[in-house]
Order: sequence, then structure tokens, then C-alpha cells
Amino acid sequence: MADAKPFRLLPRVDDTNEFFWTGGKDGELRFLRCRSCGYYVHPPSPICPIDLSKDLAPEAVSGQATVHTFTVNHQPWIPGYDPPYVIAIVEIAEQPDVRLMTNIVGCSPDDVYVGMPVEVSFDHHDDVWLPLFKPRAGGS
Amino acid sequence: MSERAAAISGIGQSDVGRRLYRHPLDLTIDAALAAIEDAGLTRADIDGLATYPGNMDTPPGFSGVGIVELQDALRLNLDWYNGGLENPGQLGSVITACAAVASGYANHVLCFRTVWEASAQGDQGRASVTMGSGRGSGFRAGGFMQWSLPFGAPSAANWIAMCAQRHFHEYGTTREQLAQIALNARKNAALNPKAIYRDPMTMDDYLNVRMITTPFCLYDCDVPADGSTAFVISRADAAADFKHAPVHVEAIGSAIHGRPSWDQWDDLTTMALRDAAAMLWTRTDLTPADVDVAELYDGFSFITLAWLEALGFCKKGEGGPFIEGGQRIGRDGEIPVNTHGGHLSEAYIIGMTHIRESVEQLRGLAVNQVEGAEIALVTGGPAGLPVSGTLLRR
Repeated sequence: MADAKPFRLLPRVDDTNEFFWTGGKDGELRFLRCRSCGYYVHPPSPICPIDLSKDLAPEAVSGQATVHTFTVNHQPWIPGYDPPYVIAIVEIAEQPDVRLMTNIVGCSPDDVYVGMPVEVSFDHHDDVWLPLFKPRAGGS
Repeated sequence: MSERAAAISGIGQSDVGRRLYRHPLDLTIDAALAAIEDAGLTRADIDGLATYPGNMDTPPGFSGVGIVELQDALRLNLDWYNGGLENPGQLGSVITACAAVASGYANHVLCFRTVWEASAQGDQGRASVTMGSGRGSGFRAGGFMQWSLPFGAPSAANWIAMCAQRHFHEYGTTREQLAQIALNARKNAALNPKAIYRDPMTMDDYLNVRMITTPFCLYDCDVPADGSTAFVISRADAAADFKHAPVHVEAIGSAIHGRPSWDQWDDLTTMALRDAAAMLWTRTDLTPADVDVAELYDGFSFITLAWLEALGFCKKGEGGPFIEGGQRIGRDGEIPVNTHGGHLSEAYIIGMTHIRESVEQLRGLAVNQVEGAEIALVTGGPAGLPVSGTLLRR
């Protein structure tokens, strides 16, 4: 049967975040990176907080991440978001202090744990590709 | 001059309850006039006004009254005022008022906070702090919300649950340990005639009630209420004019050194309390061992546990074993916590009822009086992360 995609509230895309929210179109998870010192800057900002360089540009990362923490949400806060679902904060493999709040999909909520290796899996709605994360292939 | 130039001269509170269906300004006026009278002052003496979070339309009932409405209703002639969200959380009004008094900008600052979440949210489900709109609304999330709302994480319950989960992971903290924050609050509320929730709560009740967002069940979360709390912060050297003995401000802590963000904050197990607590102890010779009673913000149970660690009542990571069984935080324990029943059981008048209770404890008039209490610690909660604490003495 034709399965309507679950409803998602979407971010407001503008010049500062378009590279992030549309990276999934090309299968890429992208962050701003300082061309001077290599630090990934997230959320997007006009300046590198490490060396104060303004020479920043979006760059793709591997899409691999680790679950830093999570919660299984049971409360129906938003119509169309049907609990239970897993909300997690993941840290990206390239720089653990860059974190994303996301959902863990592709497994039972009971199987999610802190330290779980995950990889990005994009969920396309309108002009936005939401980076969700699923258990990493070959991860233990 | 420091915060020790300031003292709490008066406290007042409106009727408090679930769904009072009264205008929030009406509640605020009741609390304000009660506080002014309790201080032994008249409204003509009030030359400063401070509030957190200022007037906001959303989420519904989170704030009903700002500076302008109360000033105009009481025709106050102000030399200084400050209201808004971007200050050190729920005790921000106290901290800015202390600064104003110490600097000579004002002599008597009326501080207040009014919530009417219960009436404003009516019979619908609990509103999240961010109030995401529904399908077809055309709504798009900006700012911090763009990083959380699309993933169905609109509530501080979700964000703080993830802090708790990380604490469980790093330190082996359990739900049975965390439960003691809720059970302790209920035990104290049972003896407080003004508390909203007074029925006994057992560990079984706690473990069997529905989950909200793991590891938080219903009893780890505050409940919307209506009410207003106000107090007057005055120049301590005006104490001779007060009706009651002054409650002195010994030290405040308002620091935030890490990234001001719910998800990028470096150590989620400490939340932002770490820096505020550390600053507080740099501003006094007192130590945690000197504190007689601690009214620690409990909008969610885990925040109280995190405050106990941050303030040094136990070591980092040892909050779970510290509260296990509940004896240490009980009324006769090492450090009585949330003697009024806290936000979890007395009333969620966000951040403010803990100050009222501290003042009543130091006056020796509290409903669950800790005998001979001379030093009280009161803390606020994360409100867009920033938090603060205040040490009070008789």
C-alpha cells in the first residue's frame, strides 16, 4: 500500500544552513570547516571559535557517528510524531565535540545504547534532507 | 560592594493551584502586594522591579506578566528595572536586583514570577517549551529549534532526559535512586497544606507510572500550575525598617563557561550547573557543610541530583548512591532538600517557590521547619541552559 511519509516539522532553510539541510541530496553530511585550522564549526557561525578565522567552507564528513546519549520518547508532543521513538545526541567520527540531535532508525528502541556506532541515513521532505542515523553496517 | 549589600525583606505568594482560571496579572498583584506588606513597606517605597523571563506569549502560561504590566497596574515609580529571558535563569531577577541594590540604583526591588500554565494549556496535553505547530501550518523551525524540533524533541523533558541517561551510563545511576527526588518531595508535600500533590507515593507507584521520555517517568516531571511569587530585595542597611528580620544574601553564582547549548554542552552529566555552583563557593567562606537546608530546582528530578553533585554535597557521579534510600535528603537527613515539596509536588511556580521556602526556613516559620536553620541554599533550573544559585543566611 502507498505509505504516506510520517509528518516532520522542518527547519527554516536560509543562506547560513542550506549546505547542511540539503547535503543529503548528494548523500553527504556536511559541516562548516575552518580552512585555516581544520576545526569543524557547528552550528554554522561566521567565525572559527578556535583561531578566529573567517575562512570557513562546507565540507562532507564520513557520516559515521557514535551515540553520545539518547532517550526513548513516549509522550505525544507533536501530532504526527507517533511514540515511541528514539531521540539521540550523536557525536560525529571526525570531531566528537560536534554533536547532532537526531533520531535512531532501523532498529528497535530497545537496541539503542550509549556508544552505539551509527551512520547517517537521510530522510527527504520538501527542500530538506534530515540526517537520521541507523546502526552502522559492520558495527558491533 | 557585593551581593552582601542586599537582603530579602519580604515575600508574598498568590493563590496557587491547578487551573485557577484567574488573570495572571491579578495573581501577580496579589503576590506583589503581599510581599510589599510582608517587608513592612508601601508601594511608594518600591523603586526597582525585576522579573524573569519577562512577558512571553509562548509557551502558553510560561509567563503572563512583564515589567510594564505590573508597573502600570501599581503605578510604581521606578529608578531601575530589568526583565527578560537572557539572564541567569530563574534566579536572574534576584541576582540583577542584588546588583542594583549594591550599586545604589535602587533601594527596594520587587522581584516576581507568575505562571499560569495550567489554565493557559487547559484540558489539552502538556505543551512543550517550544510549541511546534502541526501539519499544514507552514511552520518552519529556526534558531536552536531547527536542531531539535524536526526530530520530535520539542521539550526540555527530552533534552534533560538525555543528560540523565548519560549520567546513568557513566556512573551507573538507577531509576530507583533517581526516584528518591520525587519520593522525598512528596513526603514533604504531604505535610504542606498548600501543596497541590499530597497523596502518598511509593517506590512501586514511581516505577509503574507511565514513561514520558526514558529514563523519566511522569513523576520525574513537574506539572503545570497557576500562581505568582514575589519578594522584595532591599538594601541590607535598611533592615531596621523591615517587619521581619532580614534574610541576607551571602553569595550568588551565575557563571556559564561552556557552550550555551543543550546538545553541544561539553559534559551533559553536569548540565550548566557546574559553573554556577563553582562560582557561588568562590564568593563565600561558607562550605556545603554549613548549609542547613537546600531548596534545589526540581522541574525535572535529575536536575536536583545534578545540583547536589555540582554544589559538592557529594562527589561528581556519586549523586545516585548519595540519595539512595532517601535518608540523606530527608527532613532529618544530612542535607534536607526541597522541604516544601518542591516543584514536583508542591507547585511548579517555576524557580520561585524555592526562594519563598528558603526565606520561611530562615525565619523559622516553615511548614516543615528544619530546626535552627541559619544557612539556606536555593537554586534555579536550566532555562535555555543558564542557571544560577543563591546562598542565603539568617
